[in-house]
Amino acid sequence: MTAQAVDKSSAAAPSHRRRSSKKLPSKQLLGLAGILGFLLVWELVPRVGIVEPRFLPPASEVIAALVRDFGLTAFWVAVGETMLAWLIGLVMAIVLATVLGFIIGSSSFLRKFTNSTVEFLRPIPSVALIPLAVLLFGVKIESTLMLVVYASFWQVFIQVLYGVADVDNVAMNTAKSYGLGRLARIRHVVFPTALPYLMTGVRLAASVALILAITAELVIGSPGLGREIALAQSGGAISGMYALVLATGLIGVVINLVMRWIERKTLSWHSSIRSEVIV
Amino acid sequence: MKVLKGIGYALALPVILVLIWWASTLGETNFFVPTPGVLAEKFAETWFGERILSDVLPSIGRLIVGVVSAIIIGIVAGLLIGSFKWLRDLTEPVLEFFRAIPPPVLVPVLMLLMGITDGMKVVVIISGCVWPVLLNTIEGVRAIDGVLSDSAHTYGIGGWARVKYLVLPSAGPQIMAGVRQCLSIGLILMVISEMFASSSGLGFTIVQFQRSFAIPEMWSGIVVLGLIGVAMSFIFQFTERRILRWYHGLREVENAA
Repeated sequence: MTAQAVDKSSAAAPSHRRRSSKKLPSKQLLGLAGILGFLLVWELVPRVGIVEPRFLPPASEVIAALVRDFGLTAFWVAVGETMLAWLIGLVMAIVLATVLGFIIGSSSFLRKFTNSTVEFLRPIPSVALIPLAVLLFGVKIESTLMLVVYASFWQVFIQVLYGVADVDNVAMNTAKSYGLGRLARIRHVVFPTALPYLMTGVRLAASVALILAITAELVIGSPGLGREIALAQSGGAISGMYALVLATGLIGVVINLVMRWIERKTLSWHSSIRSEVIV
Repeated sequence: MKVLKGIGYALALPVILVLIWWASTLGETNFFVPTPGVLAEKFAETWFGERILSDVLPSIGRLIVGVVSAIIIGIVAGLLIGSFKWLRDLTEPVLEFFRAIPPPVLVPVLMLLMGITDGMKVVVIISGCVWPVLLNTIEGVRAIDGVLSDSAHTYGIGGWARVKYLVLPSAGPQIMAGVRQCLSIGLILMVISEMFASSSGLGFTIVQFQRSFAIPEMWSGIVVLGLIGVAMSFIFQFTERRILRWYHGLREVENAA
């Protein structure tokens, strides 16, 4: 039950933030100042010699390297590989988790029957599967996919379970009295109830999937940005490595923004109910 | 009777799964999948020896140090940033960016800055775990009920008393949500920091087994990681129940109404 409360509140965060940002135009200025201040500190720390520039190049150098990367095909190929693994893995996990979640969630027998197994499997860290993935698939995209699917599956699955369990009894009984069939009930009663939960799960899964995609590439060496980082580090291309790290951060920010946007779009009809629940 | 039924539900599926596993590995000898018997035997043999001292406990120690420091840093910094609006606006974009960086890429960076030491592994764990706690604390502090905050102000409650009786309890549920994310990220980072750069520890040992094709041992290592994950989740749920008892009670009342 905790997860339910918690995930609802985290789902509410973006809408709050949006409201306050419209009220105060100086917020953006302060934010910009924060970014500039951070870059300035980063520029000065190696220049003054607090950390050796050999290990931490100044910000200007790293940003220059990042801009140089933007012009290279190899960089975009690596980004493409990472994003491909991310997308395929995420979609597979979402489909699998939604289908299983709806089936298991709508029967109280199945819920009780699988509960102990789910509670046991869920906390198993996805990285524990790394050696297995290497054995089964070697350094190919399949290894990345295996980790991505496993990790994102639980995020969505648990949310869908909570969502399906949250169906209002009155609404369900009303639908039954009006003679709605099983499929119609799922479509018109269960699905709308579970959708906000599902979207929260998808948003969480999207960032987890990115983490796992890059981790797999970094540790296993399957193609993508993560492998480029490991190569740059062992090859001594230090500012190149920092540039790639920045790039992964940018991808993360873009994914967060896109996911929040999708969430807002798909749940626009629901937001009034949602804010009521949160309070 | 009810208890028996509960136990039955809890055990039925795991037992069935193990039986399927046992039956499917019975006839043939698959190189990749050991039989349950072999796995249990290797598990005991591999992990109940000196390895528990040389690899498992140091790993868990680093994990605990890293996670606890991350939680403390996150809460303290979060209280600070959350309490001042200008500070929040100033730091928000930078923090959002840092949160978006997948924590494992920090392993090569910190390896470079600090070398391969225990300290580096702890710092990797801290630098990955601190963000969910920090950002959730900021959100929690920001979302304090206005009436409560004003009442506290009117009664002249300020300083530490305000933090203890108003800010921490009302941000509590959010902070715990952050801590839960922090725990699973911490475990992942512990394993990765050892897989990527180490000569001891759980992550290293498991990769070593895989590279030398010691398959049952590798599986037993995966089981150990799984058990640690499960244990952490139990400890967390227990602590959370205790710390947020008032909150769960409140929700139950609300739900019943």
